[in-house]
Amino acid sequence: MTTQHHLDDATLLRYASGDLDSAFTMVVAAHLAMCDKCRKAARDAEEIGGHMMDHVAQAPVSDDAFERMMARLDSGADEQIEVDLPKKSAPDSDVPLPLRALIGDHMDDVRWRLVAPGVRKYEIQQGKKGESSLYMLNISPGMAVPEHGHGGAEMTLILSGAYRDKLGVFGPGDVADLDEDIEHQPIVEPGEACICLVATEAPTRFKDLIVRLMQPFVRI
Amino acid sequence: MRSALNLAHNDENIGTADDPTLLKQAMVRVAEVQDRESFQFLFSYFAPRVKAVLLKAGSNESQAEDLMQDVMMTVWRKAKLYAPDRGSVNAWVFTVARNARIDLLRRASSRPYDDVYEIEMESDVASGEDEMFATERAERVSEALSELPEEQRQIIELGFIEDMSQSEIAEKLGLPLGTVKSRMRLAYGKMKSKLEAVR
Ligand SMILES: [Zn+2]
Repeated sequence: MTTQHHLDDATLLRYASGDLDSAFTMVVAAHLAMCDKCRKAARDAEEIGGHMMDHVAQAPVSDDAFERMMARLDSGADEQIEVDLPKKSAPDSDVPLPLRALIGDHMDDVRWRLVAPGVRKYEIQQGKKGESSLYMLNISPGMAVPEHGHGGAEMTLILSGAYRDKLGVFGPGDVADLDEDIEHQPIVEPGEACICLVATEAPTRFKDLIVRLMQPFVRI
Repeated sequence: MRSALNLAHNDENIGTADDPTLLKQAMVRVAEVQDRESFQFLFSYFAPRVKAVLLKAGSNESQAEDLMQDVMMTVWRKAKLYAPDRGSVNAWVFTVARNARIDLLRRASSRPYDDVYEIEMESDVASGEDEMFATERAERVSEALSELPEEQRQIIELGFIEDMSQSEIAEKLGLPLGTVKSRMRLAYGKMKSKLEAVR
């Protein structure tokens, strides 16, 4: 299995700098769990953070800062974490490690809700109070992936199965990390259902919508 | 040759890591024999930097001091998880500080950054990449960043150090979001082409 569709460079930088919210962080992390190439790129992006921190104008710490630290170590809080941690989950899991904390170890355990013919959904995190939402879709072969964006950014990771749109075929591990203005209509490939993990930005607020509608005119 | 220990007893401010192997040696001694003098060296090197980043990201003085303590505590406790063949000590401490900042903001039931790191530790992608290789990559990143035009460097700095989102950066600089994104991509692209030479 080779991944064809990867994370946008700007997304990798946002992940490394900690700029993505929890829903998008999860989709990125799940892709990184499945993609050696992007994981390596993320490490490089983290080196940027290391370099920036190395060259920052240093802030003086309190005079007793190190003594405080030593006092904490002496109080018994110094137990080091061992490398060979017991594995967090079942070795036979078919769920990317970062996602297991949210949906469990097995895709079969997901409690889907039918939202339209051939379309099942599992809500992981509802986009309340301006937060992004995170959910999974399970779409039958030949069906169109429903429009789910609200004009905001969205990111879709294929966990199993495949769909096709004008950008090509998206299979397991592929991520659609697209600019919000790209129009596309994915159709699930024949054979098996397509299960994907989706993050979408908070629904656009009315005021933003007005601004957005105004933009073409403002530019002229 | 100056050792990490000699430096730790030196009261002068420690500058940037001219010799990243000193930091790596100190990490290894903290991990393997819980050496407190090596930790003191790491502390005097990183504590003022971590605190500076926290202040720039918007913490007040006492929050920054406390969170810095937590970050350095994590550096001690997780020292064994640092893998010298995967990157520089600087980058690792940066991620520890980043994760602490995120944990503070979110009460999350999942730990995606830790999980990705665990996968990275277990993967053998880095086999054949030795420590020298990782060091060279870190150097190339520094090189590329120091050669960036100011307009690109500024955006990287605002994102990584001042903890601003892309839209906040756009607002601050009075630029369209698309311009911020494309400058980020340009900056990262230059770094990538330098790294390709190492691959
Ligand atoms: Zn990838």
